[in-house]
Amino acid sequence: MSIPNEPQIDTKLIADHGLSESEYQKILDIMGREPSYTELGVFSAMWNEHCSYKSSKKWLKTLPTTGECVIMGPGENAGVVDIGDGQAVVFKMESHNHPSYIEPYQGAATGVGGILRDVFTMGARPIAAMNALRFGEPSHKKTRHLVSGVVSGVGGYGNCFGVPTIGGEVEFNPRYNGNNLVNAFAAGIADTDMIFYSEAKGVGLPVVYLGAKTGRDGVGGATMASAEFGDDIEEKRPTVQVGDPFTEKRLMEATLELMQTGAVIAIQDMGAAGLTCSAVEMGAKGNLGIELNLDNVPVREENMTPYEMMLSESQERMLMVLHPEKEAEARAVFEKWELDFATVGITTNDLRFRILWQGTEVGNMPIKELGDEAPEYDRPWEQTKSPAPLDISSIKQSDIADSLLTLIASPNLCSRKWVYEQYDTLIGSNSITTPGSDAGVVRVNRNKKKALAFSSDVTPRYVEADPFEGGKQAVAECWRNITASGALPLAATDNLNFGNPEKPEIMGQLVGAIKGIGEACKALNFPIVSGNVSLYNETNGVGILPTPTIAGVGILADWEQTSNIAFKAADEVILLVGAPKTWGNHLGQSAYLSVIEDRIEGTAPHVDLAKEKQVGDFVRELILSGTTTAVHDCSDGGLAIALAEMAMAGNIGATIEQPPAGVSGSGALATNGDLKTKPRGCRGRER
Amino acid sequence: MKTALIVFPGSNRDRDMIGAITQISSNAPILVWHKETSLPKVDVIIIPGGFSYGDYLRSGAIAARSPIMGAVKKAANDGVKVLGVCNGFQILTEAGLLPGVLMRNKSLHFVCKNVKLEISNADTDFTSGYKDKQIINCPVAHHDGNFFANEKTLAEIEANNQVAFRYANDTNPNGSLNDIAGVFNKQKNVLGMMPHPENLIEKANGGTDGRALFETLLGVKS
Repeated sequence: MSIPNEPQIDTKLIADHGLSESEYQKILDIMGREPSYTELGVFSAMWNEHCSYKSSKKWLKTLPTTGECVIMGPGENAGVVDIGDGQAVVFKMESHNHPSYIEPYQGAATGVGGILRDVFTMGARPIAAMNALRFGEPSHKKTRHLVSGVVSGVGGYGNCFGVPTIGGEVEFNPRYNGNNLVNAFAAGIADTDMIFYSEAKGVGLPVVYLGAKTGRDGVGGATMASAEFGDDIEEKRPTVQVGDPFTEKRLMEATLELMQTGAVIAIQDMGAAGLTCSAVEMGAKGNLGIELNLDNVPVREENMTPYEMMLSESQERMLMVLHPEKEAEARAVFEKWELDFATVGITTNDLRFRILWQGTEVGNMPIKELGDEAPEYDRPWEQTKSPAPLDISSIKQSDIADSLLTLIASPNLCSRKWVYEQYDTLIGSNSITTPGSDAGVVRVNRNKKKALAFSSDVTPRYVEADPFEGGKQAVAECWRNITASGALPLAATDNLNFGNPEKPEIMGQLVGAIKGIGEACKALNFPIVSGNVSLYNETNGVGILPTPTIAGVGILADWEQTSNIAFKAADEVILLVGAPKTWGNHLGQSAYLSVIEDRIEGTAPHVDLAKEKQVGDFVRELILSGTTTAVHDCSDGGLAIALAEMAMAGNIGATIEQPPAGVSGSGALATNGDLKTKPRGCRGRER
Repeated sequence: MKTALIVFPGSNRDRDMIGAITQISSNAPILVWHKETSLPKVDVIIIPGGFSYGDYLRSGAIAARSPIMGAVKKAANDGVKVLGVCNGFQILTEAGLLPGVLMRNKSLHFVCKNVKLEISNADTDFTSGYKDKQIINCPVAHHDGNFFANEKTLAEIEANNQVAFRYANDTNPNGSLNDIAGVFNKQKNVLGMMPHPENLIEKANGGTDGRALFETLLGVKS
């Protein structure tokens, strides 16, 4: 039987593929003829925002991506950072925003699956996961459904796969009513001499398909993720992939086992744009052509067209280039784990990406142009206007204790236990600090002292008020949280979530935030080694708060030296370290102003990066020398919330006094006297 | 003591368990793949936590019918000690080696937290390292840990002192009947429990309350 495969290419079809007129003209120029339907799909998949970074590339290039410990920066499946003893940490954060809004459970689950696959594709066994979730206001009619679906999706996948979730964020804001954000982070450990890359090497070698079968789920997902939402969003449900963590777990075990045999030359997971993106990347990076024979692709549905096979985003799949003499050994590993193993193609020396199906060629494109000549835009952007400074005299007098209770009970500052208790935080037996502190801390190996600290941060309302300062603040807070655990921050990954970049004001937010992130990363010696950009987070023309999530990794030589936020004993002095000159005066864009006065006004706080570094390095020294018993950074909700969280975590109260006369809260590092407690001892009953 | 550890493709606390056993007894367990049909001669068989075959039907239901379980049942009937933790407990109930069933948690959510356990029967080869009524800490991490049995079975379990552990101090995380966290078979050579003692054996875990179970079971002096 024949399968209809060639709808007429017209203006509507081109637009449906998210391609502009000029982009289509570029395709015609490259091809020298009209593309086939399958080819149009391949171009659309490679050239959409999600895969090509066409709006952000110009600015991403400005970020610092190198450093003493960086083994591999952006461009591979994940960043690789040296942690000594012949080991590396491999990590990345990636968004799954659009799918999670359309189908929260599967969208979030496959977000976790995708990032785990990025990590073990490089040869690293995942040891920690985090997730940064942002939803609309709690009272919005969709929020409960989305929160419940996303949280159980994150848990459902990660818990079954078997990775501890050791940190993250949950935030509510009406500006996410129409677009929630799901940013998933994973980190794994690999030996530095056993890291695998996607660059294919050698001509005439088998291209092998591994993992789960290909179905129709997720066809066109990456293109969907590069568009705004309208009211027809329900129709996009079929573009969301369906996850199977049990298959992913087997895929990880089989992949890591296969790597030990020395059979793997190059490997790439099938994520966004599935077979298309993975094959093109492997070939283009290695300056090789790839010929795929779709008749050999394991499928789970009948009558799949080449178009569907090329664009399916079915999960838990890998593409590898293998040493042909090891094929039998490799096949045996995958059969043991009951996964598909099929030779679907071959590397060639003609730099063409050719797709064969039922004896005919349904695609023949220049492989380098597909990737390297993707459109790149220098989109017009407008500098964000800074809001007027907050008139401090406009702040109403309020009862501090009452305000604290209101703040700590507000949706964004209350305990997140109801979320993280749904995640397995302990699997691996290496979790030293679980969620609820500044950073999650995980021992690298149960027999060793070395540990890694992880944190994920951003304060979107600062970024909206001032993208540059907000970008700086996101990096600084992540660096500070890692520091507060006693760890030395090593490197970070960025997950930039913004609205429609074709609007100059949105592009201005993106540009400003990247500039701020770059400046902070340079000042704090905290390079960006991997990342992801999610644009078009808009519904009916309204964009989200600009949300550049920063997730970082730090290292501790000895987990026993780590610190956490819980007060440990009565009669201990509490010190506030590093208060700026304006201490106690900056309430612009603060949680206090928003929760207590229902106002979102004023400038974002300025981040003094030199001071940040000085204070952080000093505090880390205090922690490592055993001088402190508990450490917490001051961020959302300021000093009051920081103290309350320390008290609640330790079930120990504190008495706070005004600074005595003559002692200022500003200037040099305060070693005493800024604040003092007269502890009241334990109160409340132990949990 | 020689130990065998059963590995299913979706086992994921197998590594935690191997680590705990190795650390406590200085001997690594023999790993037995789910497709095997026989077991080496061992004193203890352990079924670790995880999602055996994805737990898509009912947790442990498919694993209970896997090739290796015939050998496990035979060994259990011959008096070999068998410990099933979390998914291992679910598999043992599905295999009929332990009474009762483990339903979805009352909250309907996966739950991972620290709970308190009371030792309900300290007179066994698993629990004699503890004192009767002693309260210990232990973490749980499961979606289907809500122990249920019909009235008659429950009465038998209680009458035969088959309850090993109960959630104590109002920490029952899943709605289990009679706060049951772990049960023995009648002969007390098979134990299933939802909490994870293998995750609480050293300072880095935040405590060592899980150690005594392994020390007793593996015949190691503390």
